[in-house]
Amino acid sequence: MKTNWIWILTFVGPALILLMVFLIIPIFASFYLSFTDFNVFAMTDWSRAKLVGLRNFIELFKDELFWKALMNTFYCLVVAMPVTVVLSLTCAVLLNREQTRFKSFFRTSFFLPFITNTVAIAVVWSWILNPSYGLLNWFLSLFGIKGPNWLGDPRWAMPSVIMLVVWKAVGYNAILFLAGLQNMPDFLYEAAELDGATSWQKFWYITLPMLRPTMVFVTTMMIIGYLQLFEEPYMLTQGGPLNSTLSIVLYLYRQGFKFFKLGYASSIAVVLFLMISALTLLRLKLAERE
Amino acid sequence: MRKRKSSWLQEIAVHGFLFIMAAIMILPFLWMISTSFKTPAEIFVLPPRWIPKEPALENYRELFASINFGRPFMNTVIVASSITFLSLLISSMAGYAFAKFRFKGRDKLFFLILATLMVPGQMTMIPVFLLLRQLGLLNTYAGLILPGVASAFNIFFMRQFIMTIPNELIEAAKMDGARESFIFFRIILPLSKPALTTIAIFTFTGSWNSFLWPLIIAQDERMYTLPVAVSVLAGQYGENLGIQMAGSCVVITPILVFFLFAQRYFIKGIALTGLKG
Repeated sequence: MKTNWIWILTFVGPALILLMVFLIIPIFASFYLSFTDFNVFAMTDWSRAKLVGLRNFIELFKDELFWKALMNTFYCLVVAMPVTVVLSLTCAVLLNREQTRFKSFFRTSFFLPFITNTVAIAVVWSWILNPSYGLLNWFLSLFGIKGPNWLGDPRWAMPSVIMLVVWKAVGYNAILFLAGLQNMPDFLYEAAELDGATSWQKFWYITLPMLRPTMVFVTTMMIIGYLQLFEEPYMLTQGGPLNSTLSIVLYLYRQGFKFFKLGYASSIAVVLFLMISALTLLRLKLAERE
Repeated sequence: MRKRKSSWLQEIAVHGFLFIMAAIMILPFLWMISTSFKTPAEIFVLPPRWIPKEPALENYRELFASINFGRPFMNTVIVASSITFLSLLISSMAGYAFAKFRFKGRDKLFFLILATLMVPGQMTMIPVFLLLRQLGLLNTYAGLILPGVASAFNIFFMRQFIMTIPNELIEAAKMDGARESFIFFRIILPLSKPALTTIAIFTFTGSWNSFLWPLIIAQDERMYTLPVAVSVLAGQYGENLGIQMAGSCVVITPILVFFLFAQRYFIKGIALTGLKG
């Protein structure tokens, strides 16, 4: 039976209008803006923005700071992704053991960073990482190690940002892995035990292959999330020192909302979108072939 | 005998590792809370005192009296609750229509909505900013709320859940002459409570923590949300650690308490989205 169109409009209409105005049309508008020279003068009078073809993209290609931001963002992705996977998988496997105690305490504490406001906790971290008064360097000094100037040293700034990123992500991913582990049938392990498999062998030949769907989901979400790195460097370092923590989105924010070069910033958004789509598709293709 | 000893060692190693991980996760919070109650004299003392000798409310008093942190707090409460309420209503309505109504182009339309899930937020940020500016909605509640209400994920989630509600229930109600609005409010919504709880929790937490959007829309101090106010605080009171920690506490604690009470919904919700994907 077909539903009366008045009811269809009433139920789908509000969602559709909002999605159109705030999501679907803006996506196309972003593509359009990326081909214009929309700048601070066009803010008051949109007609001052002119179509300039591919100029923004050519400029972007020659922009050293953009390349720097690109490299930094990939540095974060390439380091943070494996570290997050290893730590969260380890936690999940250990929490899934029958013999492990205080499970709910561990699960709750691992999960706290994830639901916490990044901006507010980054303020806390910036003091923990303070070279003279910070907790971390005080702790290292107990072992006779002189900690670096974490956020002030271009070599250590990005690792510090990554530390916060991983700290926030481990609990969430551990929950996802744990859900995957709990969905696994017991008989596989029982059979392996009968054959005398060690726990390492069981992990390598049963757990990991069986966790593949979760692994694909987790790594895909990480690619999407880590490439949008913004709040951590914005709060910890403002992209410094010497632009060593400048990320793509931070650069987009600066170009768009500090200098109001909205056309140029849109071209950064388009490049980011294309990169995320390409990497996501690549990840899913790889998953199919495995 | 020997085997038993080694498994005992193994237990210690496993629990040791888990306790160290838990400590790394919890200590920043404890340090934040304890520092927010410290006087300047005690703040920089190393080794850190986890329990202040003379706990003081000075930092909080200054935060609310002279910096007027109450205003961003109220703004955040208003914005996050409105987004949650409106998003729940609108996405469950659309979810119901996509799950149970039959009309031309339904699946194509739904697929279009799904496709937008892949698009990063930065892609819509600049055009929406320009649109709101043109409409004079910068620095207004409407500007902060409306773009957050349209959530493709929530529509998707509600549709998946409502699909599992048996058609017979709806058919029977229709036989009795019930209208769609009655079916939606009296049958669908009550049965969707688990799904509604999940997305209510995630939408509220997400909008409470949202930063980049309010940073762009709320340029006037009176419209700051908590995360924006804290980021400004870090710039203006760069040296005043106690005030900064009190500010962070005000942002973090409500969600933390909320989480501790509603924990199982959080974790169930996450496991659910992960298994589906």
